[in-house]
Amino acid sequence: MATQERAAAIVGIHEWPKRLDPGVSALQIKAQSIGRALEDAGLAWKDVDGIYDAGDGEGGGGLGLAPYLGLKPRVIDTTSVGGTSYEFHAAHAMRDIAAGRVNVAVLSYGSKAASQRIPIGTGGPRSGGTWQTNMESPYGVTLIANYAMVAHRHMHEYGTTSEQLAEISTATRAHAMRNPDAVQGMKDLSFADIREITVADVLDSRVIADPLHLLECCMVSDGGGAVIIASKDVVKGTKKKPVWLLGSGEATAYKTNNNDITSSAAVQSAPQAFGQAGVTPAEIDIAMIYDSFTITVAVMLEDLGFCKKGEVGDYISGGRLRWDTPGGPALNTDGGGLSSNHPGMRGIFLLLESARQLRGESTSQVAGAKLAVAHGNGGLLGATHAGGTIIMAAD
Amino acid sequence: MPNRIQPAFPEHDTQAFWDGAKAGELRYQTCDACSGVVFTPRSHCTECGSTKLTTRVSKGAGTVYTYSVVRQNRSPAFADLGAYAVAYIDLDEGFRMLSGITGVSDPTKEVKIGMRVQVEFEPQDSGDIPIPVFRPA
Repeated sequence: MATQERAAAIVGIHEWPKRLDPGVSALQIKAQSIGRALEDAGLAWKDVDGIYDAGDGEGGGGLGLAPYLGLKPRVIDTTSVGGTSYEFHAAHAMRDIAAGRVNVAVLSYGSKAASQRIPIGTGGPRSGGTWQTNMESPYGVTLIANYAMVAHRHMHEYGTTSEQLAEISTATRAHAMRNPDAVQGMKDLSFADIREITVADVLDSRVIADPLHLLECCMVSDGGGAVIIASKDVVKGTKKKPVWLLGSGEATAYKTNNNDITSSAAVQSAPQAFGQAGVTPAEIDIAMIYDSFTITVAVMLEDLGFCKKGEVGDYISGGRLRWDTPGGPALNTDGGGLSSNHPGMRGIFLLLESARQLRGESTSQVAGAKLAVAHGNGGLLGATHAGGTIIMAAD
Repeated sequence: MPNRIQPAFPEHDTQAFWDGAKAGELRYQTCDACSGVVFTPRSHCTECGSTKLTTRVSKGAGTVYTYSVVRQNRSPAFADLGAYAVAYIDLDEGFRMLSGITGVSDPTKEVKIGMRVQVEFEPQDSGDIPIPVFRPA
């Protein structure tokens, strides 16, 4: 690991603690989170010279966020590729910092999906005529159904079972129960039964879109946060241990006339990220993988290289993904989208919990965690989606 | 009659496909330059970029590549369908199409990956464009 370039690091983080917060706007969540993350880093408001934004919030985006914040950045990047926008932002911040164009980059997110009762997974298809919607809207394929079709095909080709996929739900719930913000969030969102869950609990929950059960689906919450990424020169003056960004990969994937639906954009993004970082999946301590649904994690564990295509069912059996089980990466130690928070675009939380683990601040802290991978998924697995991979290392 | 969402126009890529549906035809395109099969419809070939495409009519026979049965959809357009199957169909001419599967009494039990299906054009309460769906062959 001695040869890795360490040019940019996460130096400040903040996660909005509330999962139901009707009293604030999404832009207020973003701005206040940026302030807290700068405090965490020991940096000042006007130190920010790069804004990376997915256009979330009321009137944000390229011409909205900078004036709202009161900043005049030298770089504005408005990459918006759904839930993994933040991995793309981190990749672009790395690139811009390495090129000397940015010293202090800020990523932020705010969403009121729960307060506004937005049915993310089971909402109707979008209306209006585009080349895509005109071919999809008549069929009522909900967001979840896209992922469910991937699960069916994975089961058909490889014999993967719902019992095996349920291990992802039980591991993330176990982690959530150790995270006080996640537990409070489940109370605020009126979860019926707030406790660790079993494989049987998952299989007994109602089917939303065959073969995916309720407890294989992420929640809908409010939330947000901010990440400060700084150049190595700035890092020297910051308060906390830096979390170095070692490698990044970006990709898209989509339906073609003969694509393998069980493979995701990570097939393209992961080798790029691991190659740049000079590390292998076997060395990874923490796997922060976008758990919109169980099948999302299953496919991405394969595509990131933790196991071969088709073997994830066996790989995840026996509690391998739990924070306190050796022999594999700890998965989504904050509780994930399944049990901690999911305001619509979860990618930023993958970076936040990776940073907490590599600083030693997680509520399910893996002893001696040195390397983390964050892999986000934006859009629809099984249809058009983006995948962003970021490899991070402890100082 | 079902009340599925109708395609909306003006939309230049899909107009001819839906004109075909009104005529009872399942249309797709092939590329004159590279012989690639283009679907969903576009004005260029996704393999080589050529704009010389020929519109063809599929026989409408295919195989279920994968599917799901939607049990919950907040959209009122699908309220009357109950649990309904959505699927990717691999048509024999070499294109893959998102569609629905009808003609089964319990989609959770009767739809299988690999099953042969045939297109039919389903009239709609929602408008004058019939929607191509598939039933067991």
